Amino acid sequence: MKKTGFLLTSFAALLTAASASAQDIPVKIGVLTDLSGVYADASGPGSVFAAELAVEDFTRQSPGLNVEVISADHQNKGDVASSIARRWLDDDVNAIVDIAASSTAFAVHELLRDSNALALFSSAASSGLTGEDCSPHSVHWTYDTWMLAHGTGRAVLEAGGDSWFFIAPDYTFGHTLVEQTSAVVQENGGEVLGSVSHPFPGQDFSSFILQAQASGAKVIGLANSGQDMINAVRQAREFGVTQGGQSIAAIMLNIHDVHSLGLEASQGLLFASVFDWNLNEGTREWSARFEEKMGTKPSMMQAGVYSAVLHYLKSVEATGTTDADTVVTNMKDTPTDDPLFGKGRIRADGRKIHDAYLFKVKEPSASEGPWDYFEVVSTIPADLAFRPIEDGGCPLAQ
Amino acid sequence: MSIMNETKSASFAVHDKQASLPRHHAVIFIGLLAAGLIAPFLLAPIFVMKVLCFALFACAFNLLLGFGGLLSFGHAAFFGSASYVSAHAAKVWGLTPELAILCGTLSALVLGVVIGALAIRRQGIYFAMVTLAFAQMVYFFSLQAGFTGGEDGIQAVPRGDLFGLLSLNSDLVLYFVVFAITAAGMLLIYRIIYSPFGQVLKAISMNEQRAVSLGYRVNRYKLTVFVLSATLAGLAGATKAIVFQLASLTDVHWSMSGEVVLMTLIGGVGTVFGPIVGAAVIVTMQNYLATFGAWVTIIQGVIFVFTVMLFREGIVGVISKALKKPF
Repeated sequence: MKKTGFLLTSFAALLTAASASAQDIPVKIGVLTDLSGVYADASGPGSVFAAELAVEDFTRQSPGLNVEVISADHQNKGDVASSIARRWLDDDVNAIVDIAASSTAFAVHELLRDSNALALFSSAASSGLTGEDCSPHSVHWTYDTWMLAHGTGRAVLEAGGDSWFFIAPDYTFGHTLVEQTSAVVQENGGEVLGSVSHPFPGQDFSSFILQAQASGAKVIGLANSGQDMINAVRQAREFGVTQGGQSIAAIMLNIHDVHSLGLEASQGLLFASVFDWNLNEGTREWSARFEEKMGTKPSMMQAGVYSAVLHYLKSVEATGTTDADTVVTNMKDTPTDDPLFGKGRIRADGRKIHDAYLFKVKEPSASEGPWDYFEVVSTIPADLAFRPIEDGGCPLAQ
Repeated sequence: MSIMNETKSASFAVHDKQASLPRHHAVIFIGLLAAGLIAPFLLAPIFVMKVLCFALFACAFNLLLGFGGLLSFGHAAFFGSASYVSAHAAKVWGLTPELAILCGTLSALVLGVVIGALAIRRQGIYFAMVTLAFAQMVYFFSLQAGFTGGEDGIQAVPRGDLFGLLSLNSDLVLYFVVFAITAAGMLLIYRIIYSPFGQVLKAISMNEQRAVSLGYRVNRYKLTVFVLSATLAGLAGATKAIVFQLASLTDVHWSMSGEVVLMTLIGGVGTVFGPIVGAAVIVTMQNYLATFGAWVTIIQGVIFVFTVMLFREGIVGVISKALKKPF
């Protein structure tokens, strides 16, 4: 009797201690993104909402943690991002999520290297984040330039597009995409007939499209994004590129781009991505919740924010701390699983890997309504979708 | 043109009568010094450092617009290129921070001589357009040149050890270095304004033809003040690169040239202390309103409209008028 009583009390004590420690952990997540500029559609307020959804879903299952989501507009300026992040670090923010644009992403990446907070990049594209300058406190979530270049490059080659001509914006993102895609094309027996750089931002693509047509390449690779790509696709259509037997591969295409282009102009475009709202039951359900509040379907970056925050919170709960090193180790040790990206894992270099897809934009007649734009052509398994860890040169991987 | 005429009538109405150093300025300087010494303990040092860098930038710009009567719309070129050179010097050449800042400042000086020599041949709107054109060239150079890292910028710039001795990794230590640099820059600007050279500048900006007829070589004066302004803007940019450990396209973009005009106008063109207030207002808005998202730019715009409509002399200009003392 005495013994049972003792056991009961100690058990009760243990229980209260456990729940107390979980209650005591305040978790602060900062969504640092572009709320007013060019990336506001694909990331922006939608990313903030995605983070809130993740917290809502997580706390419903395990109400232990006291999670707070804050957000700020980095205005795509490195110094603004850096000073906000520093202020957040002083306010005990434990994780900074999203971070559109590469100069701001690198600023946060470097700042958090020696801090006690984690950076979860879901909007930044540069594969440099998990390359030679990788950081133990950075996890690169959704996609990167290598994945886009290889996904699109290889899949289009397999479909018979073995000669390429690139139209790229004249800045680092464009040059990197052309370089990486050309490498894939050439490695796999295709040939690159030429490439042309256009000023950024570009309005008039006529001369570049004429060059691409004259090159006789089977595939015209568009290495630009956003409004530039929309302009290029629209004008390529006016010049009758597809009617002339050439196909267009968009290396970076977002659902919002197709929404503003319309299916008439964008039908038949091939591109690689990691997410579409219409992939399966899980993505459809989540996207419906997203659309209810935001009025649009989510982009892959916004889906990435949800997935990243969810996995982060799981690790905080499992380790019972917000200490950056402990949590990131747990995040890398635990396989990821969520309704949006399915099963995946985080590698030692901070790269999160999951399946990628080759999508094709539907014909207007095949579409069942607004936002029903993409069909899956093929699935790229997670291990092939991202740059092999040994090729990145990240010191953490050795 | 109209802006410049406004500023002339606004600022010089105040300044005309007093050629000697106003005594109350010493009091203000001591007040600023005290505020600067206390500030890092009350606010985030990094934030105050940013205010300081932009205050120096705005003061340098004000030297040209408020006292030289020249509206440059390309000052980001000096600010930004100096920040690139300083970041590159610290990161790749491994120079100590003071040498890196010096390199950046010198590069702005050289650029100032080149751009200034060509730009001062034109007046008014044409001058502004020429400076803007050159600034755009510098922007495209920064976008394309290999060492700038394109839109990624130069990242992870080491703060290093001052004179190879004192580590600047602590925000507080760095703060006092930045504070000393800014204070020195501002005192220099103040000295220039109240020197005989400054008086001649004032004369030129009020009536160039008369200054010529009095025998002044107007172009030399204009070039000198242009180069001085460019160099000091470069000093601000070079320091900022060390503070934030990055140099990016933001600093050379034309909107940065616009921001410095905004800071100066809000604070008060042609006042000594106005640009400091203007820089503090704008930087504070960018930092503390960041949570409001798209509203930052809208609020900035509204404030700008109100300033232009209601008090064209700027915050400090209005106070100066009310107290009938030049600030």
